[in-house]
Amino acid sequence: MSENPAKPAAITGAEIFVRCLQEEGVEVVFGYPGGAVLHIYDALYRQDKIAHILVRHEQGAVHAAEGYAKSSDRCGVALVTSGPGATNAVTGIADAYMDSVPLVVFTGQVPTHLIGNDAFQEVDTVGITRPCVKHNFLVKDVRDLALTIKKAFYVATSGRPGPVVVDIPKDVTADTCEFEYPKQIKMRSYNPTTRGHSGQIRKALDLILSAKKPMLYTGGGVILGRASEALTELTRKLGYPITNTLMGLGAYPASDPQFVGMLGMHGTYEANMGMHHADVLIAIGVRFDDRVTGNIEKFCPYAKIVHIDVDPASISKNVKVDIPIVGQVESVLREMIRELESVNTEPDKEALAAWWRQIEEWRAKDCLKYDKSSPLIKPQYVVRKLWELTGGDAFVTSDVGQHQMWAAQFYGFDKPNRWINSGGLGTMGVGLPFAMGAQFANPDATVACVTGEASIQMCIQELSTCLQYHLPIKIVNLNNRYLGMVRQWQEFFYQGRYAMSYMDALPDFVKLAESYGHVGMRIDQPGDVEGAIREALTLKDRLVFMDFITDQTENVYPMIPAGAGQNEMILL
Amino acid sequence: MRHIISLLLENESGALSRVSGLFSARGYNIESLTVAPTDDPSLSRMTIVTSGSEQIIEQITKQLNKLVDVVRLIDLTPHRHIEREMMLVKVKVPDTTGREEAKRLTDIFRGNIVDVSQETYVIELTGHGSKLDSFLEALQNFPVMEVVRSGVMGIARGDVALHL
Repeated sequence: MSENPAKPAAITGAEIFVRCLQEEGVEVVFGYPGGAVLHIYDALYRQDKIAHILVRHEQGAVHAAEGYAKSSDRCGVALVTSGPGATNAVTGIADAYMDSVPLVVFTGQVPTHLIGNDAFQEVDTVGITRPCVKHNFLVKDVRDLALTIKKAFYVATSGRPGPVVVDIPKDVTADTCEFEYPKQIKMRSYNPTTRGHSGQIRKALDLILSAKKPMLYTGGGVILGRASEALTELTRKLGYPITNTLMGLGAYPASDPQFVGMLGMHGTYEANMGMHHADVLIAIGVRFDDRVTGNIEKFCPYAKIVHIDVDPASISKNVKVDIPIVGQVESVLREMIRELESVNTEPDKEALAAWWRQIEEWRAKDCLKYDKSSPLIKPQYVVRKLWELTGGDAFVTSDVGQHQMWAAQFYGFDKPNRWINSGGLGTMGVGLPFAMGAQFANPDATVACVTGEASIQMCIQELSTCLQYHLPIKIVNLNNRYLGMVRQWQEFFYQGRYAMSYMDALPDFVKLAESYGHVGMRIDQPGDVEGAIREALTLKDRLVFMDFITDQTENVYPMIPAGAGQNEMILL
Repeated sequence: MRHIISLLLENESGALSRVSGLFSARGYNIESLTVAPTDDPSLSRMTIVTSGSEQIIEQITKQLNKLVDVVRLIDLTPHRHIEREMMLVKVKVPDTTGREEAKRLTDIFRGNIVDVSQETYVIELTGHGSKLDSFLEALQNFPVMEVVRSGVMGIARGDVALHL
């Protein structure tokens, strides 16, 4: 620029949009065109740095962007048109909000002079999305566009991440101005905390080291905060048992003996009993969700609680904690490790040994056991085989329901960002688009989508996207001809009145997959499970839809019924 | 317990609905909410009167702070502070006795009569909410046609101040 004293030429809002994304290092945008974003699509057409992935429904675009973000360390980006484009995107945006996924969603809007006129394909996108975004913007002037996009990426990816919506009226994308992308951004009203308070960290460590029955309870914040290594180091130094939430699986290696499994409604007996009896709870990057705590009155009755989280509003929201530490999990854990190395105190070895003996007793109940001699295919067995045959190293997405819990329980995640599911919103239909995003972020990796015959039909249209972009996803359909989790609750709590939980008139999934140009397999014998997965994995460049006909009446165990305490589990 | 929370927020369209939306979405109480731009036109000052347990008030302040448009916030309740509310009351005063009585009451409460017509007065009164309540009680013999209350605004006494 210094060589050219002339002012930079004015370019259109659409071109500014593209330049901003390039400046942000965006490589992939998931989207669907429409009237309000035609200028933007034209600008995307005339460049080759950013790949645009055409989905088949806007919900799929946002979920794919989520899958992309969750399976990598990048921000997901989606682009949709105004009106129905924006409303179709809302489920994905809400999903990202609940699970703190860094996402920027661009929505087209009717031209500024038509806003408020009930124009064609107009909705109040900023109003509709307000309760389910970290922040949103309506850009009314092309001169504000670059700065707003800069802010959007900054807000989405910093602090506790989340989705940011940028609503851009069509005339703003046609108007012109000079383009300058801000290098740095500072917002007086937004300053996320970074380092934790050193005094609090020391105080917490004193408590942690005084524990006789400690338990580490860690969640999605560890993965989002890229703190898995620090967590693993600290946990091993302490020698304490550790449990992960559904969102936190993979933050600590599942194959490690200190790992006592997932906790919560369908967590392991040893994890939940350990929580119930703990005297010191070290909660890291978690939010004390109701699916974890069960009845809050009965939650961890004996424990002093340390809580580390980047979001101050997460602290003492559901459960009053004793030592809060607000800060980035990674930096807090690193400081704690340094502190631990410099103090002379060590954990109480004798008490810890007794505590481990108790935990091993609970573990010996083998709460995840299932009938291995059944003539029917057991869903747990399918997931376990998938784990075995992928060396535990696949990116696994799931939909929502029983299969999600079995995937969480039986695929032992040793690495972060490998397990991609909808924990907070519990959105059926996410599995396939999540897998698309994960495959784009990790083109050479094995990506498996563990799903059910009900969930998969909620975004089945994306099979077409998978064909267009040659995504070799392995779909593991645990087909029990039921809305399994609904059926399970009806069996347990509604005396077996199975209202609307039978999936009648199912398609032939093999033919369905084939009609989209993919490979379909139907497996109905336990003896064929391994062979089928093996074969699917050898088809490296093809999407394979494995339709496993599973035991219809299998339930997810253990289970804490809603409203019960953590020590009140139903075991098989 | 009743709390009075003051905030400075970006004077941008939508900022108010972010705050009110937060209260409705999370089921918090709002007794009153007032807002207007400050001497710095890029900022609005809002005063919210709410109530709840200590834990709920803590969540309210944290959730408000988390809104990207909120720049600064103070819970005035634990500080020595001044609260003021303004009220405009339209009363029917058809005869001389009534007019005299209304004037006398207004003077006692240090209010002003700001509009006079054949049969009505508009009385302006500023003060703590309880004073306004008392005035309305004192007016019970008059047919009150209309009452407009501004909602509470507040400011801390002494050195404590909410500014950038």
